[in-house]
Amino acid sequence: MIETLVFYFFSALLIASSFAVITVKNPVHAALFLVLAFFSASGLWLLLEAEFLAIVLVLVYVGAVMVLFLFVVMMLDINIARLREGLWAWLPFGALLAIVMVIEMWIVLGSERFGLAGTIAPEGHPAGYSNTKELGRLIYTHYAYPFEIAAVILLVAIVSAIALTLRRRKDTKSQVASEQLAARREERVRLVSLSSGKD
Amino acid sequence: MAYFQNLFGEGWPLIWTLLKIVALVLPILGVVAYLTLAERKVIGYIQVRIGPNRVGPRGLLQPIADAVKILLKEIIIPSGANKFLFVLAPVLAIAPALVAWAVVPFSPELVLSNIDAGLLFILAVTSMGVYGVIVAGWASNSKYAFLGAIRSSAQIVSYEIAMGFALVGVLMVSHSLNLGEIVKGQSGGGFWSWYFVPLFPLFLVYLISGVAETNRAPFDVAEGETEIVAGFHVEYSGMTFSVFYLAEYANMILVSALCSLMFLGGWLPPFNVAPFTWIPGFLWLLFKIAFLLFFFLWIRATFPRYRYDQIMRLGWKVFIPVTLVWIVVVGAWMQTPLWLW
Repeated sequence: MIETLVFYFFSALLIASSFAVITVKNPVHAALFLVLAFFSASGLWLLLEAEFLAIVLVLVYVGAVMVLFLFVVMMLDINIARLREGLWAWLPFGALLAIVMVIEMWIVLGSERFGLAGTIAPEGHPAGYSNTKELGRLIYTHYAYPFEIAAVILLVAIVSAIALTLRRRKDTKSQVASEQLAARREERVRLVSLSSGKD
Repeated sequence: MAYFQNLFGEGWPLIWTLLKIVALVLPILGVVAYLTLAERKVIGYIQVRIGPNRVGPRGLLQPIADAVKILLKEIIIPSGANKFLFVLAPVLAIAPALVAWAVVPFSPELVLSNIDAGLLFILAVTSMGVYGVIVAGWASNSKYAFLGAIRSSAQIVSYEIAMGFALVGVLMVSHSLNLGEIVKGQSGGGFWSWYFVPLFPLFLVYLISGVAETNRAPFDVAEGETEIVAGFHVEYSGMTFSVFYLAEYANMILVSALCSLMFLGGWLPPFNVAPFTWIPGFLWLLFKIAFLLFFFLWIRATFPRYRYDQIMRLGWKVFIPVTLVWIVVVGAWMQTPLWLW
């Protein structure tokens, strides 16, 4: 009873906030609504007893990815009037795409393999069951190779992202910490004794 | 208890949980209030001053006087500020600092919610504290506030990685994400079996990253009063300002508590002999938290503020490699008979 209520609460929140992401005018508000959407999704996963995924969703997406997103969005000077230009001209094209996507999802999710009737409802687990431990065991034994390959692909993506954005400008100034630490007083300061001129 | 159960019927578990939350949050807010006084006193004595001593005996009523003063002040919302987010930001700052206490155990039995993924929960909740700063900086519509917010979010995101890796070491050693189990894994031979011994580099990284995460001196570039006046909360006044202030202190207490639980043996006494085992575990935990809090105040009074590029260098080029290397070392060490924990 309470679980159903909580489910509907989080679902309604998720749908409302996702809708707000694409309708609000201010991009910062949109990013904050996306945070709320992640949060609601994480609540839904908690209801499925998938606590590791739920907490990691908050940790990675809310705690790190969206912070960087906000960071960038806040610094951009976005002209809303320019973004709205040509809305009506592009609307038929966008609507067509949306309809195609809805039909595709309907075909996939409505089919026998993925339909509601074909999916088994997740069973409840006893108190000592640790979702995190099970997930770790599967990832590092049964799915070790796919997991490692995914990790390597991510690493390549990180390295290439850095390589693409790293440009050395000649006129920038930067400190070299080892040089700073190696500095000695004798090299920088000279003690001079001056007479005060009175005597 | 049975009487109340009859009185409230179905709603009793909910009311009982709410009562427990109140019993947890009120003392924390009290400690926060007196920590501000302790900070002024400790730093005062370190700098050969006396500190507040006018309100009440030895200045002990100073936090109450401060609270009354701040409550009576006007809350000014700058023109052009985003009103809703401006007021929401302090709430976003203090809420994670209080929510995380839900899984902190004070003794083997005394914990609000004994969940298995406690450590993950704490990591996730504390990673949300940055929103208070970032939203405050943006909603204030002020360049100093925005600069402070950007500095702070970059710093918090960087140090979170080192902090997370330090916790990976704790997980490897304790085989558990449950904070109660982590403390129980440290029992045995007094302070030698606490995790700070095998994980000493990780302990140091965690402690220093904790200082950086809470935006405390010497990592307080988010405020940087000599450079960007006061950083993200420059436009805040009255109660909205003091909520930020309280959030900083609540975070300090939280980091100290987590550090004592994960590295310093939580409620376990340092020696398993008579006079030490008489003291209840709850008091040992409080004593360890108090010691770490004193450490926080001590370094604030001692060190000058880091330069911004030095902060980033320390986080990315020193702490993250140190934690990565030590995780490998611990992993190899645990496979040998030399592993005693």
